[in-house]
Amino acid sequence: MGAGHAHRLYRQGHSPVHALPPHTKLTAVFCFVVVVVSTPREAMWAFAAYALLLASVAYAAHVPPLFWLKRLLIEVPFVAFALLLPFVAEGERTEVLGMSLSVHGLWGAWNVLAKGTLGVAASVLLAATTDLRELLLGLQRLKLPPLLVQIASFMIRYGDVVTDEMRRMKIARESRGFEARGVRQWGVLAKSAGALFIRSYERGERVHLAMVSRGYAGSMPVIDEATATRAQWTYALTLPLTALAVCLLGWTLS
Amino acid sequence: MHVPDGFINAPVSVAAGAVAVGAVAVSLRGARRELDERTAPLAGLVAAFIFAVQMLNFPVAAGTSGHLLGGALAAILVGPYTAVLCVSVVLLMQGLLFADGGLTALGVNITVMACVTTVVAYAIFRGLAKVLPAGRRSVTAAAFTAALVSVPAAAAAFTLIYAIGGTTDVSLGKVATAMIGVHVLIGIGEAAITALTVGAVIAVRPDLVHGARGLTAPLKLRVGGELIDAPAAPAAAPASAASATSHRKLWAAGLVTSLVLAGFVSFYASTNPDGLEKVAHDKGFDKGEKEHDAADSPLADYGVKDITNTRLSGGLAGIIGVGVTVVAGSAVFWAVRRRRATDGTDTGPASTGAGVTATAPATPAATPAAKPAENA
Repeated sequence: MGAGHAHRLYRQGHSPVHALPPHTKLTAVFCFVVVVVSTPREAMWAFAAYALLLASVAYAAHVPPLFWLKRLLIEVPFVAFALLLPFVAEGERTEVLGMSLSVHGLWGAWNVLAKGTLGVAASVLLAATTDLRELLLGLQRLKLPPLLVQIASFMIRYGDVVTDEMRRMKIARESRGFEARGVRQWGVLAKSAGALFIRSYERGERVHLAMVSRGYAGSMPVIDEATATRAQWTYALTLPLTALAVCLLGWTLS
Repeated sequence: MHVPDGFINAPVSVAAGAVAVGAVAVSLRGARRELDERTAPLAGLVAAFIFAVQMLNFPVAAGTSGHLLGGALAAILVGPYTAVLCVSVVLLMQGLLFADGGLTALGVNITVMACVTTVVAYAIFRGLAKVLPAGRRSVTAAAFTAALVSVPAAAAAFTLIYAIGGTTDVSLGKVATAMIGVHVLIGIGEAAITALTVGAVIAVRPDLVHGARGLTAPLKLRVGGELIDAPAAPAAAPASAASATSHRKLWAAGLVTSLVLAGFVSFYASTNPDGLEKVAHDKGFDKGEKEHDAADSPLADYGVKDITNTRLSGGLAGIIGVGVTVVAGSAVFWAVRRRRATDGTDTGPASTGAGVTATAPATPAATPAAKPAENA
């Protein structure tokens, strides 16, 4: 609990993108992804334009390209799936490098790959430039139900604690000679999971009591009000609006 | 696996998002009933637990390993409403912080992984718990079956969403076979781990397991050397009137939403035949197909007869379909509620909540079993 709750994807910085209020960033990323998803897949140049837009945001946010590309690796299992599509899809077939591939499947794979990658890239940029606490504040400003925001904040706050507890259990198991080799060890692992649940739940009860003793009555006090000026909104919404222009061009040209 | 952006088309993503918002709204109300003002810290900690337990690797064989999905486990441990909330929050945070699952696909992900999994698991668990004799072993067996069915059910729900709004042209049969086939295997692992975990929790703290609340024996007081029944806690009755009106509002909102979706959004739905019909057409095996018995019913092929504008007729058919579904569903619901009201009068204090285990006869017998893991 003592350590800062910075998540692994966050990258400390003082760029103009870091300084934007969180709810404007959330809105911008969400609108951008919606625009990307509704672009026709035949307009290949539009996706290149989106990638350029994101790259310019990354440049403005001082996010090094290598850092950014490494974070994209989360997509890998899904890329494998997309690469499978041309082989299993229906419809007319075409010859590529001596393999018979489905035209529809190729288009589908391209569609899923391009849109999925852009979506992941946008989310990674958001996560890299927004602190955890800011993110929760932004969700609150976007009128997410307060209870949901509270649950999310408790999850974030205690996620590390619970994970650490699990790690200590693992060390305890291993120091007693336990080695998970196969199905026969599931019983022990499941008992650890059960113990972890009890500890988490009891910790929740203690946290609630501690909060009640400090005057908690169902809602958290708002300490720092994050407001955005018109200029900040305009700055943040430049990304989705430019993307929208590209998207409309894509629809008219194709 | 989390659904990424661009896999499901935009209108269906929006519809799934509406379903997810509705489900989360209902769960927020329900969770307040399950946990009252302790909702935020407890649900938060349970969400953190699910997040952590998804990282616990269970080795299968030869280097491969799987992990728990957690929907069924959460539903049985903390109740369906809280479970939907917890899994939804985990999915939201995974989408925002770890870019795991697309932001536009969040609705699909929540609908499939949070709603379908937990609701199916909890329904099956409740049903089995009613049928099987009350006892620790039958709770474990019910947990096993519930988790076993919930995973392929989620896969089937995904296949359904894919059939309506998939952006790729893979035949529905192949998707269904692959998805459900793989998930039956995953479901077996999930079932074993869920049952073992529920069993471990029941052995130590049976009062914490939402699905085992019927098991806690009524409290006894020892007065002058003999056991007598403790007086029953007063039931909270006055809340029902207030909840009835708010339920009505919720119902009305849901009805209006589905009517709007069915009536207007279906205007923009694809006019192509759906995947299965398309496959049938492509492969030519629909030649010998006999028209359905209801083919000349007024609503055949999702259009109202004698209305030539296809979009208008599709929208009308959608509205009529929603109406019929609501009427049928309400009839069933009403019938069930009436039955429960008649035979629900003789149920005693079913749950006594946390903190009363000390005197209950069902005190944990297997506490030492969990000790090795707790010595950390």
